[in-house]
Parts: sequence; C-alpha cells; structure tokens
Amino acid sequence: MDTNNHYEAIVIGAGPAGLTAGIYLSRARVRTLILSEGTVGGQMILTHEIANYPGVENISGYQLSMIMRNQAKKFGCDIKSNIQVETMMLEGEVKAVTLADGTKYTADAVILSPGGRSRKLGVPGEEALKGKGISYCATCDGDFFTDKEIIVVGGGNSALEEAVSLTKYASKVTIVHQFDHFQAFEYAVEEARSHPKVSFIMESAISAFHGNEKLAGVEIMDLKTGNKLNYAIDGVFIFIGYVPNTEFLEGKLELNKWKEIIVNTDMQTSLEGVYAAGDSTAKRYRQVTTAVADGTIAALAISKYIHELHKNKSLQNA
Amino acid sequence: MLYTNLKHIETAADHQKFISENENVMICCGRMGPMCIPVYGIMEDLEGQYANVKFADMEFDSPESHVIRNVPEVRGFMGIPFTMYYKDGKLVKATSSIQSMTQVRTILDAEFSSAR
Repeated sequence: MDTNNHYEAIVIGAGPAGLTAGIYLSRARVRTLILSEGTVGGQMILTHEIANYPGVENISGYQLSMIMRNQAKKFGCDIKSNIQVETMMLEGEVKAVTLADGTKYTADAVILSPGGRSRKLGVPGEEALKGKGISYCATCDGDFFTDKEIIVVGGGNSALEEAVSLTKYASKVTIVHQFDHFQAFEYAVEEARSHPKVSFIMESAISAFHGNEKLAGVEIMDLKTGNKLNYAIDGVFIFIGYVPNTEFLEGKLELNKWKEIIVNTDMQTSLEGVYAAGDSTAKRYRQVTTAVADGTIAALAISKYIHELHKNKSLQNA
Repeated sequence: MLYTNLKHIETAADHQKFISENENVMICCGRMGPMCIPVYGIMEDLEGQYANVKFADMEFDSPESHVIRNVPEVRGFMGIPFTMYYKDGKLVKATSSIQSMTQVRTILDAEFSSAR
C-alpha cells in the first residue's frame, strides 16, 4: 500500500454533499480526498440564484460551491476534479479507487456522493443537435430563441416554470408531456395554462429530432395511438428530471429500482465502511440543504467508524 | 466579468493577438452560467496537462466577442458556451453548449496532437 496515496476517507463527488463531508472530515483531522468526475459544485452550479439556503440571502450556486471548496481545502482536504475513475474496490477492509491515468488511491472508508445528471430523451438526433436547437438550460440559451417557436418537454415544476419563463423570448411555447396530467404543483400548472403563448400536446413524446447544422423539426408520437407526426420547430428545451450517477455501483452494493443508493439513518450503505450522501441516495427531497445534511451525517458516522477501526487495530497490535 | 482562473480576453484586438502569437489555442466564450462553468473548470484542470495549448475565456455578452459570435462556423449554434479551437491563428474546431472532459480531450488530442 502506497502510504502517500492512502487516505482515511475518500469521497466520490464534489457537490454539496461531498464538499460538506470533506469539510467535516478534514476538520475532524480525518485525512480526506475528494475525487470528482465533474467540476466542483455538482448540480449546485446549475442554479443561478439560491435564495433559500439558510444564513445566506442570495448567492449563485457557483459562488456557494467555491466557498464550500475553499472551506474544505482550508481544513486540509485534498480535492481532485474532472478525473475519470477506472475501477473501484469497495469490499474488504481497504477500499481502492484507480483513475484512468493509473493512479491508485486507497482508503479505510468511502463516501459515495456522485449526484445525478439531467435525464435525456435518448432519441435519434439528440446528442448531435445539443446546443444547435436542443437545450437543457432556459436561463442560458433562452435569448437564442427570441421570436421563435419552441417546445418544452416535461410535466414537472421545472418544465412548467421554465416554459412560462421562456415566453419572454419565444413567440410560441408548446409543452409536450407523456401523461394526461402534470406532476407540477397546481400554481405552476395554472400559470402555464393561463398564459396566451403556451399550448399543450399531452400523452405524446418526441421520438426523433431532425436537422443538420441546426434543429429543423421533431417527430412527435401520440402515445395512445402510436401515430407519428413531424413538426417544424426552432428549439426544444428538455426538463424531464434527473438520473442518479450510480451505473458504476451496479452489482457492488444495494440500489433500489431507480438505481438510487439505499442507506440507513447513518447514511451507511449495504457495505461496511461505505457511506453515501446527496442526490444519488434513495430519498424524497433533493435540495442543497438536504445534500449538506446527508454529507454531515455521513462524515460524522465515518469519523466514528474510522476511530473504532483504529482502536481495534491498536488492540490487535498490543 | 468571468470569475475564472483562466486568462481573460477582453477585446477583439487581444483575441487576434492571442491566436496569432500562439500555435494552439482554446477559447471558451460564455457567461457564468451552468452550461459554461463546467467547461471553464475542465480548461483550468487541463492547463497543467497540455503545456503547448494556451487556454482563455471571453465574455459572451461583450460587444468585443463578435469575433467569436459572428464567424460562419457558429451560424447554427444556439447554446452557450461557444468553445473555439485555433491552430496557427486559424479556427479548426468549434463546439456549442456544455462539453465533457472526454469531449474536450478528444478535440485537443485530434487537433493539437503533438501538444501534450
């Protein structure tokens, strides 16, 4: 075991859950490494303004991420972002993570906080036309669609709220949703229904995107009849929720049917010495505050676990 | 103002100077938004690994960034950031919207193969 690359705790993911765990662990003098396959901040940086984080009236997700990162570093936490994990060994007394560049890290315990990502439709043309008419961020790209006709896909709060916000730019917004009713709160549904620029295609789904240099149209399938119709359209915004980044954990520990990590009240997974926190765990509410709480609990539990581990080793060696 | 640790290009003249004085250049033109910040983060992490590539950012909403927003290669782009790759002063690749580390590496390795 390379002692330089051995940490007491490795945290996978650098969103609010992972960074909070890093802050608590490092402050408790637990030698900690955070490994993140993406940018520090996770989905928190997707939020332009956070207005309900207690103690902070208004802050951007990016700024809050940077503060959390700096706090963790100040306490001695090592952070490596935009890395690629090649293999992970979570069973046994010593856990191991090997990166794509061959670097191997070991640890006594691991916190998994890989977060989630925007769900994609997964239909032909989606990847090729991303940024060329297909968008996942209304605030970022809305102004490209001034006086144009667009579609918003989804039926949750994000979809309906963003559809209304996009009417600032677009001449017409059509919401395409797979069910005959919406999952969004009633106020969001009412606001969308009463807006003169917003119309609806229910019980339908986009089955293909068309276009070469940019999006030219979509194929929409009526889910009741199976009939498909082509529509000319300038833009499509997709807001159909998130999926947990847990593919790499399948078969390694217990996940539920939505591939979320099952944890107990101490955030411990089905494997000894492996904890989880944040949006990738099985839970109902996903907020920055709940991720921070998860990270705190996991860090405190892991500190106790590591303390017990060291105590037992000392007794064995005595 | 872009709050990154990258070199900031502020004028069209600076842009021209930067791409003509450096053989391999990657410039990300965006805002401090959710699709752009991950790309800046990737560039910051890659700066130490690709010694012969110069990395910089430019504010999308600055009038000076017309040198990026108005080139024919980005005509179909409808998502920020616009990420531009230049070799010997010439645009060799451009992408629209968020990109992953793998996607950026693939382009850097293909366009600036001797740069690592």
